[in-house]
Amino acid sequence: MSSATVLSPTAATAPQGVAVAAPTPDVLLPVKARKGFIGFLRRHPTMAIGGSLLLLMVLVAIFAPLLWTTDPTALAPARRTREPSAMYWFGTDMLGRDVYSRVLYGARVSLIVGFSVAILASVVGLTIGMIAGYIRLADSIIMRVMDGLMSIPPILLAIALMALTRGSVQNVIIAITIAEIPRVSRLVRGVVLSLREQPYVEAAVAAGTRTPMIIWRHILPNTLAPITVQATYICAAAMITEAILSFIGAGTPPIIPSWGNIMAEGRALWQVKPYIVFFPAVFLSITVLAVNLLGDGLRDALDPRMAKRI
Amino acid sequence: MPPLLEVENLQTHFRTPDGVNRAVDGVSFHVNAGETLAVVGESGCGKSVTAMSILRLIPEPPGKIAGSIRFQGRDLLTLSDREMRDIRGNEISMIFQEPMTSLNPVLTVGRQIGETLRLHQGLSAKQAEAKAVEMLTLVGIPEPARRVREYPHQLSGGMRQRVMIAIALACNPKLLIADEPTTALDVTIQAQILELMRDLKRTVGAAIVLITHDLGVVAEVAERVIVMYAGKKVEEAAVSPLFRNPKHPYTQGLLGSMPKLGSSLHGDEGRLAEIPGLVPSLKQKIPGCVFASRCPHTTDLCRQVAPALEEKEPGHVAACHYAVKEGAIAA
Amino acid sequence: MSTPPILEVTDLKKHFPLRGGLLGGTTGYVYAVDGVSFSIAKGETLALVGESGCGKSTVGKAVLRLFDITDGQVVLDGKRIDDLSSSALRPMRRRVQVVFQDPFSSLNPRMRVRDILAEPIRNFGLAKDAKDLEERVAKLMDTVRLPRDAVNRWPHEFSGGQRQRIGIARALAADPDLIVCDEAVSALDVSVKAQIVNLLQDLQRELGLALLFISHDLAIVEHMTHRVAVMYLGKIVEVAPKRSLFAAPKHPYTEALLSAVPVPMPGMARERIILKGDVPSPIRPPSGCRFHTRCPYAFDRCRSEEPKLTHVATALDEGHVAACHLHDRPAAENPLAVAKGAALVAA
Repeated sequence: MSSATVLSPTAATAPQGVAVAAPTPDVLLPVKARKGFIGFLRRHPTMAIGGSLLLLMVLVAIFAPLLWTTDPTALAPARRTREPSAMYWFGTDMLGRDVYSRVLYGARVSLIVGFSVAILASVVGLTIGMIAGYIRLADSIIMRVMDGLMSIPPILLAIALMALTRGSVQNVIIAITIAEIPRVSRLVRGVVLSLREQPYVEAAVAAGTRTPMIIWRHILPNTLAPITVQATYICAAAMITEAILSFIGAGTPPIIPSWGNIMAEGRALWQVKPYIVFFPAVFLSITVLAVNLLGDGLRDALDPRMAKRI
Repeated sequence: MPPLLEVENLQTHFRTPDGVNRAVDGVSFHVNAGETLAVVGESGCGKSVTAMSILRLIPEPPGKIAGSIRFQGRDLLTLSDREMRDIRGNEISMIFQEPMTSLNPVLTVGRQIGETLRLHQGLSAKQAEAKAVEMLTLVGIPEPARRVREYPHQLSGGMRQRVMIAIALACNPKLLIADEPTTALDVTIQAQILELMRDLKRTVGAAIVLITHDLGVVAEVAERVIVMYAGKKVEEAAVSPLFRNPKHPYTQGLLGSMPKLGSSLHGDEGRLAEIPGLVPSLKQKIPGCVFASRCPHTTDLCRQVAPALEEKEPGHVAACHYAVKEGAIAA
Repeated sequence: MSTPPILEVTDLKKHFPLRGGLLGGTTGYVYAVDGVSFSIAKGETLALVGESGCGKSTVGKAVLRLFDITDGQVVLDGKRIDDLSSSALRPMRRRVQVVFQDPFSSLNPRMRVRDILAEPIRNFGLAKDAKDLEERVAKLMDTVRLPRDAVNRWPHEFSGGQRQRIGIARALAADPDLIVCDEAVSALDVSVKAQIVNLLQDLQRELGLALLFISHDLAIVEHMTHRVAVMYLGKIVEVAPKRSLFAAPKHPYTEALLSAVPVPMPGMARERIILKGDVPSPIRPPSGCRFHTRCPYAFDRCRSEEPKLTHVATALDEGHVAACHLHDRPAAENPLAVAKGAALVAA
């Protein structure tokens, strides 16, 4: 092979009489394919930014005790409502508690609620959606119930459910999950119905695959992408709902520092000490934004129509 | 007389995460006033990108168009966006493959035809509707006065494609670009649309660039043909010589791989000729002939030296080192 | 034919209910397939041709029993399968497999090629052990001319033609007697199409497969099938051995279809029949002969009385049937009496 390469003509030494095409110039310079984080950032900027912010929040929540915080529930009436300073980075609230410490510990509640609701609502919604998508009789009943639930705004439903029980993080999670289930179920049912019509599913039926195996092998893996995207949006919505529930006193018990609770306590002093509300609000916004960015990035990365582009 | 459209060294490249896609790479051709030029090739050969490039409908970035596209003496690539808008739909118009998605579902057919007229020719609403009825009559839609008030979903696929043609012709364009205009249609409806296109060519006199993968359609309506492969023009000829005496091995392969209707009557039911292998990736530069990896006659020369387009017979051009004047391939 | 057919379909009907209104009740039916009968001999290729919406794909899916049919019988190798329960049907499913049109949506994007091919083998218990399974999968790759080591790859790593080969391999994995090819080559590029057509023909000869070849492409159909059934609006209007059908179509619709196919021979003189209008809706099919609204030869009887498929004498072959009243008329008044297929397709 190598000898042939040496002997054979090249563009410069083409034999006489051979018409050689003029080379075409480069119109666009190729972008060097970068590996690692920079490459990922370039290809999926929203996912990279959202993911990093969220990861940062998770680290903050986990390592809150190590981040120069004090006991977030320690009362110190003598040092009430101090402005932010080198000593109290975010100031202190009306009971003298350190707002910086409370905000950092508050991240735990928000993230636990957000992730738990996202996972629980996805799993339950997936199950309900699968049943509705596969069993025609169950479909009409389940979907009417879901329609009914969806006619109530999720936040009202969660408030009503919280009114039936006592405030605890666990109950907040259950209430918000129930409120979010109809949306996931609808999504899954729609995806299942369209997947059932896919030729590869019909081919599997023709190839004698039993229904449980069809669902496990062909339907379920192909619903995971849209479910994952939906889960991130639910996570963001759940964090906001938790904050609202806490803010109006129907959520996390006031003893636990959560962003909603901190804002509720700072509400009375909003005019004179705005920083008590400001810092938890900023953290909530950043976390919700991070989760939504991650969701948008995932949607773009997982959407086959986008992937098929040139 | 200079040609109506003159495309020279057109290159349309796209930046992708894994390299630059050289979708169209150095294509030159011209279209004379009133003539029908077909651009044929398989998916990914760059024929649709060529059409979109003429109208500058390529999003930049990630795309980039280079070369020159002279239409009536003006280089379209140097015009401002505003000037380009005046040309699109007015002097050059386009028909797409999918008549359902190219029509706006919430506007009546009459409004959609009238819109271009009001935009480019400043007609009043009333005049535009009268002209829309006239256009629907021209493209053979029965009861045009009623249809003009209907919405696209009330029409069948064939009717919608007629409406698309009516919209494209409304401003008396000098050039009509038809991108796979009959591919989505059934055979009997396709026959109607092809008949309409032949009639319109006589009555309207616009030049047509017909983008298609169907050699049958080419034979029915085109006068001159360009064969594209992997972003390059590999052959160009008037329609009869191209079909009777194809010079480029790719064109020969394409024609040989098509089963002929009526084959059972002549008893020639042997195997179809195959073109082995796959179209090369356009993300790498190909040093030699783009068809070398699949050509039955490939030599080292083909793999290393890109053949230039040569006139093998008067008016019959091919890019192949071995396509000699007799039309046979010398070993 | 002395051997019993591998597939016999009798008076098959499939009506899809149209749901609408406030309560989601049935407001009408789509008469997708409305009384279709045909049979396929062992090792034979029967083409089912027609335009979109004529019900040809619905017939294919009914044969595969992807849904319950409205009426009629589907008999596979002497055994009625349309009324079997799903557990009784499973062993019969092995004998009828399918290749779909779209090479992209016909393979599960989240399964490797090995698992795609192993699925039918496992389902029908065709492999003795894991080693035998692996060997069978490798042989299937050989059969469809793909490299053996490609079994570890994902569907998206293949081109359209290669994916169609994988689809064919999956159909062969069950060792079937009949394969339904639902527009199996329509979505492919010309040069790739030839590869797949040749592959299907080779496989049919080597394995003695019967094919139900559903297609709208008459040139391909003529190239690779033995007999052709033409469908229009849920009915079969003509069935004939290929040569007889292409030489002398005996139904005006077949004649128009043949003349409408663009032929890659520029400047060829050829008789052109361009049908007026569009295919009527299968929700309200026309009375009498369903083709009478577009038929260039329609007369009074066509509007009221539905023609039956009857035998038509032709010069070439036996077994040419068509549903058209013209054949009851004297030859002088029957434009289809002469064989003009040649004039339609080539000069």
